[in-house]
Parts: sequence; structure tokens; C-alpha cells
Amino acid sequence: MAVETALPQIKGVKDVPYEELFVSGHRTCQGCESALVMRHMVKASGPRTIVLGSTGCMYVANTTYYTTPWVVPWMHTQLGASGSAALGTAAGLKVLMRKGKLKNEKINVIAFCGDGGGADMGLGAISATLTHKDYNCLVLLYDNESYANTDIQLSSMTPYGAVTTFSPSGEKKRLMHTRWKKNVPGMLAAGHPESRYIAAGCAAYAVDLMNKIRKALELGGPTFVHTLDPCPKGWDYHPQYSQELGHLAVECGIWPLYEVIDGMCNLTGPTRQIAEGRKKRKPVIEYLRRQGRFAHFADEDIEHFQAEVDKMWTDWLIPGVIPFTIPAKDQNILKIDKKPLHESKPA
Amino acid sequence: MAIETKSRESSEVETEVLATGCEAIAEAIRLADVDVMAAYPIRPYDGVMQAAAKLIANGKMDVEYIVADGEHSQFEIVKHACAVGSRVFVGSSGVGWFYAFEAIAVTAGLRLPVVAICGNRALDDPGAFGTEHNDSLAVRDLGWLLPWAETAQEALDLALMAWRIGEDKRVSLPVAIGLDGAFLTHSQHIVKIPSQAAVNKFLPKFDLGDRLLHPDNPITIAPQVDQDWLMEIRRQNDNAMRQALTVIREAHADYKRIFGRGGDNPFLDEYMTEDAEVVVIGQGTLSLPMKVAIRRLRKEGHKIGLVRLKWFRPFPTEEIVKSLTRFKAVGVIDRDYSFGSPFYGGVLYNEIRSALYSQAKRPVIVGFVAGLGGREIEQNMATEIFEKTEAAAKGGPSAGDVCHWIGVRE
Repeated sequence: MAVETALPQIKGVKDVPYEELFVSGHRTCQGCESALVMRHMVKASGPRTIVLGSTGCMYVANTTYYTTPWVVPWMHTQLGASGSAALGTAAGLKVLMRKGKLKNEKINVIAFCGDGGGADMGLGAISATLTHKDYNCLVLLYDNESYANTDIQLSSMTPYGAVTTFSPSGEKKRLMHTRWKKNVPGMLAAGHPESRYIAAGCAAYAVDLMNKIRKALELGGPTFVHTLDPCPKGWDYHPQYSQELGHLAVECGIWPLYEVIDGMCNLTGPTRQIAEGRKKRKPVIEYLRRQGRFAHFADEDIEHFQAEVDKMWTDWLIPGVIPFTIPAKDQNILKIDKKPLHESKPA
Repeated sequence: MAIETKSRESSEVETEVLATGCEAIAEAIRLADVDVMAAYPIRPYDGVMQAAAKLIANGKMDVEYIVADGEHSQFEIVKHACAVGSRVFVGSSGVGWFYAFEAIAVTAGLRLPVVAICGNRALDDPGAFGTEHNDSLAVRDLGWLLPWAETAQEALDLALMAWRIGEDKRVSLPVAIGLDGAFLTHSQHIVKIPSQAAVNKFLPKFDLGDRLLHPDNPITIAPQVDQDWLMEIRRQNDNAMRQALTVIREAHADYKRIFGRGGDNPFLDEYMTEDAEVVVIGQGTLSLPMKVAIRRLRKEGHKIGLVRLKWFRPFPTEEIVKSLTRFKAVGVIDRDYSFGSPFYGGVLYNEIRSALYSQAKRPVIVGFVAGLGGREIEQNMATEIFEKTEAAAKGGPSAGDVCHWIGVRE
């Protein structure tokens, strides 16, 4: 079905909308990449958008009373409620338009959450929302890899070994935090086959990110975009290096960029180049040594980190996306001609 | 679903049916043209969600019916649907209500007029399905209006009033109707279902006005206000709750004018109190065994009566003072507990004592905890409650400084 696209794909930096819908008035830290995500997000979605903001940096630092930076309508939601906020808002708009109580038009609904709100507390509600295919809404998870607003406490998205206020490096324990980061976009893509769009992006690749936001909103239904946001305060580096660290996270293969559209996975940006062998994956030490949160790492910690990242590229079914595969002896399963049952005619 | 009865004549204003409390509420949802509701299973409140689902499946109403992944999501979904202008309904029971607690708190803070039922159920642990009021009462300080229903008819009437009162711009607060689990949620009564035309006369369309979240009205809702503004905003909520008393009176008077139900007093329902010297007061369905006991004991010469409290929040202090100062003693029956409270009394007991403290002429007020976990209040227990209250009437004010647990195996 040919649908007129209100949000065409952006061809390059010069094609990015000039209009700013996330403006001054916030008090995010210098070098805050998550604030850039907010800016790109509404730039991409345009003014006919309602934004719901879950508790976290982008709530507390962004919406001091009387100094809101949001040009579009914005509402707070609870830490674990981004999925429910998106769903409730989308359902409300849908029914009011159906009943003629509200003018029928396309209004984008975006609910954002941090890694704490999205990957820890609110994961269940996001999962539920991604199964409600009748409602058009996007959940955006901005992942700065800690509860950065409340004091840099570790979340399930804090990388292995990183120092946070809940995982200091001490004399007895060099590493307090030894859990591997959750693979949230991969998990959501694998578990929600009816969600038409699930993607991983990074504000360091701004046009790629804005296009992902637009695709999510254009395809409709419940969709999900996850961004990795370098955080000077939580990661302990000089604010001028935020973009560079975003690039490094992707180039080292730690944060793969991809999108899953209607069940088809596309690797994007440098991730695609690495997967196709056109670009060499950088060693993780280049990324780790730029950040204070890994300053306590011994050689063995870096080796472990590198080995785990290597697995994403050598062992996973889809590099960086699906963290399991099938045994070598069963590889032919992938090549078997699969006939759908629903198309077979009864004898 | 509700069975239409043929035995009594139905007027153009209403139809008579046999319905449970939950089914009666489902009819109110249909009549109020609710836009969004969110369901999650827990006994006993969810009878209303089952009844509503049937109405939707059979094309009797058009509602976005969302089955949520938990009570927190349930209450968040309707909160956000409400913010974009939807009339909404939700509900829960017992620990489910507590699972939603964060969302319940912010809904009141946001001044969003969500209408809910709390099918009152004992909190875990240990488990019990039956009535206890601690679930509803836990939100008493947050800005939710809390009425309690006695019958399925009153459940329906209160629901229709709840949207009107909660959505009134002077109030703009959520309402949670207390329905005693099993006794009311699942027992059938004859219920008069009003016609749509009559309901339309009573219930205006929901209009959030300049608080609507919409691209044409690009406001920022619930920013971080800190100590600079929080007290002023809390004070506004306090004012809204004060206004609610007036708005309830208006809605009640209008409801009575259109439907002829509700009695003279929106807040209290009095039974055989005209010549009473001693009364008991309580909420919800416990009035039924108490009324039976009153009729029985009056034959033996006891001048006793019942005052049933219909609205716990806002607390009708003026009406309570006016009513209860007429009696020598008042027995307060709490279907709840408040461990470690003054005189170890229930929640209602201490609220009522507080309301009457400054009165020169005040009754002895004695506390009872009864019927927890859905335990039946039997006639011997009702007799004991009246006997103890009458005994306290003969003592000084301190004769009421006690809370009796009724029908407990020691």
C-alpha cells in the first residue's frame, strides 16, 4: 500500500530539518550525548509529536519548572512506565479520533527512558507495549550505562568491570561489577515479532539515528530505538570527547548499529562495514583507556573484555545482534528449503 | 452478564436487571462512554473487567480495552490516556492495588480524574480473598476521593457520580470506589440501569481544557519543581479536596433529581437513628448484618441505630459532627487495622475521634475491628458490638479508649 510519507528519510546533514523542538532551558551536563539524542529525536519526528519522559537524567535535568526546553507537548512518566505511557497515550489518541472527540490526524507518540528505566525497571512494560500492534508509538531508550542522574549507580547496562558508585574499585576487589551488559535491542527484536521496527543507534551518527527515528514512526505500530550515549560524568572523560567515544564504541564493535525492519536485520554505518570486512574492527583497549571508569583495569580485564566482544563477532548468529547460534554440525539447517504450512492446500 | 428481570416495570428512565456489583459497574462504564480501560487479573475486582469485556465483545460499547502486564502498567496506561483527554476506568484489589501504588500516587499528584474501583481484599501475607479495607485506605492521604458502596445499585450510582465529580474542574482528582470483595463484587442484586438519555443529562463530556496534552496545546506536564513550588502545588490539591465536598453535594442533588436515588445526605446513610442513644458506624456492606441486628435488638428495647459512611475522602467532618454528637455512644466498626495506632484502633475509629475532639458535647467513641479477611459479621458478633457500645455509653469519655477485636479465637 502506497502511503504518503510525512517523514522522508534524511539524505545528509544538509537535509536535516532546521527547526529546533528541544531548545535551551535544560541543565544537562556539558558534553551530554543524551541531550543530543533528545534534540535529534524531535527534530526527526517534527512538531506533531507528544513526548513522554520517564524519570532519569532527561527528566530531572531537562524540565526544571518554568524553563522547559520542550517545544512539543511533554509529560513526565514514572521510571518503569515508558512502555505504559506510550501505550496509554497512543490508545487515548486512537479512541478519541475514532469517536470523533479529537481531530483525526497523525500524532507521533514517543516515550523515552534511560537504561535504568528501560532495561531494568521498565523492561516488562516495554515488552508488553511491543506486542500491542494496534497502537502507534515509539519507545526510545537512551543508554548512558548507569543511573547517571542519581549519582552514577550501576544498572544492568553498565559495562563489565566499570566503576560506578555501586561498584567502586577497592583494595580487596578490583572489579565489583562483573555482569555482562544486557543485549536489549536484540532481545526485544527476537521476542516481539510483530513490532515492525527495532533499532540500535548512536547520536555520534546523527543522520543514521534521525532516520531510524523516522522509520520507526513511519512504519507505525509499537517500535523501539536504543541509543548508546557517552556520558562525561558517568564514564569519566573530558566532555569534548563525547562524539569520539560514540564513534569508538561502534568502531570497536562494542555497540553495533542495526535495525530490524519487519523481521529483516540490516547492519548500518561502520557496523555494516566491519561485518562485510570493509573496515577493520578496532581493539577495545582504544575505547576503554579513554575513560576513567575503566582506569583500574588490569591487562587480564582488558583481555576478558576483548574476548567477550570478539564472541559477538565470531560466535553470534547475527554479529552483534543475536547472541546464540546453532552448532557447526547443524549449519545445514540454515539452508533447508522451508515450505510454509499455511500455503499448502488440503489433499 | 446482567440478567434483565421481567418482574418489575421498567420506565423510560431505567431498566431493572439482576447484576453483581462488578456487573453494575460495567454498565456504568458503558453509560459513561468510557474511552480507555486497562485490565489485569486479580480477585475480586476483576469481575468488572470480565463483565466489560463481554459488553465490548458483544458490541454494546466502544472502549479501548487494554490487558496490561501488571497493575503498575494498568494505572500508568489510563493515567496517560486521561492526559490526552480520554475518559478512563481502571481497578484492582489487595496487593494488586499496592503493586500499582506509584502510579496511584502520581495520578492524584497530576490531578488526572481517573475513576477506579478497589474490590477490597485482604493484603497478603498470609493470603485471603475476602474483604478488608486496608487496600483502599492506604491511599487516603494522596488525593484520591474514596466513596464506599453498600449495594450493586449504589456501586453503579457512585460510578456515574465519580466521573462527574472527579472530572469537575474544581476537583480534577481521581476517584476509587470501594466495593467489598465477594459481598458486593460478586453478589447479585436488583439494579436499576439508567437510560443513556438520562445519564447524558447528568454526566457532561470530559474536558481537560488547557491541561490537555496535545500538539495544539504544547504544555510540559509535571516538570521538576523542587522546593521552589511543591508546597504551592500541594496546597492546590488540598483546595481541590476541600472543593470536592461542594461538588459531591451538587452531583448528589442532581442525581437524586434525575434518578430519584441516594437519600437526603450525600455522605451519610442513617438507619433507625431518630430515637437512638447508641449507634455504630462503618463502611460498605457491613451495614447489612448490622441492620438485621438493629431490628432484632430494638424488639428487646435497645435504642440503637446505624450510620453508614459513604465518603471517606473527602471526610465529611461537618456532617459527621452534626450526626454523631446526637448520641451517647458511637461504636466504630473498622474492617481494617492500623497496627500501633492510638488505642490500637482501626483507621476509621481514629478519624472519627479526631473529627469530634473539639466538640463540647461528644459521644463516647469505642473501636471495633471486625470481619477481616472477609469473615462474616454474624449476629452474635453484632450483638456483642452493640452491648459493648451501650456499656461504654455508661462510662466517661475514656470508656471508648479501647479497640475490641470481634469474633477472634484467642
